[in-house]
Amino acid sequence: MILEGRVWKFGDNIDTDAIIPARHLNTSDPAQLARHCMEDADPAFITRMKPGDIIVGGENFGCGSSREHAPIAIKAAGVSCVVAKSFARIFYRNAFNMGLPIFESRDLADAIAEGARISLDSAQGSITVEGLDRKFSISPIPPFMEQLIADGGLMKHIAGK
Amino acid sequence: MGYTITEKILMAHTDLKEIAPGRLINARVDIALGNDITAPIAIREFRAAGGKKVFDRDRVALVLDHFTPNKDIDSAQQCKTVREFAFEHGVTHFYEGGQVGVEHALLPEKGIVLPGDLVIGADSHTCTYGALGAFATGVGSTDLAAAMLTGELWFKVPPSIKFVIYGKLQKWVSGKDLILHIIGRIGVDGALYSAMEFTGETIRRLPMADRLSMANMAIEAGAKNGIFPPDEITGEYVKPRAKRPYTFYTSDPDAVYAQTIEIDASQLELQVAFPHLPSNVRGISQAGGVKIDQSLIGSCTNGRIEDLRVAAGILKGRKAAPHVRLIVVPATPLIYRQALREGLLEIFMDAGAVISPPSCGACLGGHLGILAEGEKSVATTNRNFVGRMGHPKSEVYLAGPAVAAASAVLGRIASPEEL
Repeated sequence: MILEGRVWKFGDNIDTDAIIPARHLNTSDPAQLARHCMEDADPAFITRMKPGDIIVGGENFGCGSSREHAPIAIKAAGVSCVVAKSFARIFYRNAFNMGLPIFESRDLADAIAEGARISLDSAQGSITVEGLDRKFSISPIPPFMEQLIADGGLMKHIAGK
Repeated sequence: MGYTITEKILMAHTDLKEIAPGRLINARVDIALGNDITAPIAIREFRAAGGKKVFDRDRVALVLDHFTPNKDIDSAQQCKTVREFAFEHGVTHFYEGGQVGVEHALLPEKGIVLPGDLVIGADSHTCTYGALGAFATGVGSTDLAAAMLTGELWFKVPPSIKFVIYGKLQKWVSGKDLILHIIGRIGVDGALYSAMEFTGETIRRLPMADRLSMANMAIEAGAKNGIFPPDEITGEYVKPRAKRPYTFYTSDPDAVYAQTIEIDASQLELQVAFPHLPSNVRGISQAGGVKIDQSLIGSCTNGRIEDLRVAAGILKGRKAAPHVRLIVVPATPLIYRQALREGLLEIFMDAGAVISPPSCGACLGGHLGILAEGEKSVATTNRNFVGRMGHPKSEVYLAGPAVAAASAVLGRIASPEEL
């Protein structure tokens, strides 16, 4: 998988209340959730982002509530993937289960500015940044998780068994 | 090499002969839980996968506790989706209306979750049941769909962090203060992907209500689960409630821990987590003076009868400050009724409190107690993220029921010793 896009930077401990505030959880409709994506972290994000853009976070991205509405909102907004230093565990499994590509990179976030254009090659396990003569590595994904992605998420994985 | 209690419970739910942290396993699930926010997505996924029947109607719990009593048409639709699914599948543990309580108070109270169980819930505070010596962890809606369909789910075996807590707790200091202190010490990702195992002489004496409060907030340190070795206190709690067999697991003496953290709790004072992270913790002596607009006593962390008794003991014969909205949320109908019988509700009403029906609404800024711009609330809940209880520019201060009650009276964050 090769994903290219413009970066939106967020800090450490971006919680699921910031990604999709609970006041919008009276629906699970992806299009409605997408309209409020990242609302309490950056209210301008959803009006300014373009499909294919990439969210880059710090430590513990997606902490807090188990709401799958968070990765659903991000995916439905058109974000191609999330790269963070580390992910909170429920967000991590939710993303794989429902098919939002996410990647761990320890050093990308600190080396780039918002608006940078990056290209991520999941097979090579690397990220390149436009105008930067340096490659960033992404943590390898366990084979089981790769299978989940290849199958199109957990429910399709189960159905295939 | 020995195993931790977490490893033993996980292994007992597989056909594996050995297990180790980091290994991905498929394990059988004893109870799968969803609520009115998370279950609708799970039901959609369940149906999309061609699901015709839940794996075991006695092992699915559906609790309409978040945006209920229905707060608007969309919320009502979500509840309707879950209700129809529950009836269609004959789900035994379906709760709404006058039967509903805050799920993580309700399930232990009814003996639905038991020691040795493997419990998954599409709600992050599912880790609460670790207080009973169960492996319980929050998952997403797709996970819930898979578990409802197959009775199994994938897990990564977590490494365990052992907390050895000793010393006699000071007056007013509770399990809530202990867990806030721990989160303050290790941080909101201090136990990321790990099991938090709570041991030591303080823990052996700690009542079940306090254990439930502590296990509840393991997720606020990033943990996969929090767990207490079951003992006599566990037995006393579980025995009158259980309707099926259960197992006490304990860690082997030579079990392997990623880390051991010792805590002297004897000098611990009341704790308050300042905005906007549960790890932003201060002792009450460093926390005073913040003027508040609301005090919320309730939630899956601190809405039990023991919490209400502490609050009522402080509020008896006193009134909430005129500028403070005091909201008390008994977590289940049984707790509500018990508080009524003991005269606690009258004490709260005399103090000027609103008594809310059991609901999660206020804690997550969804329903029944939302903050306006610039407002501050002390709350016995578990999260104080930006916008958690309402406007993105409102603030939440987490504390136990003693601080919440005293703060309501004084109109600022305060210790009951100041009254």
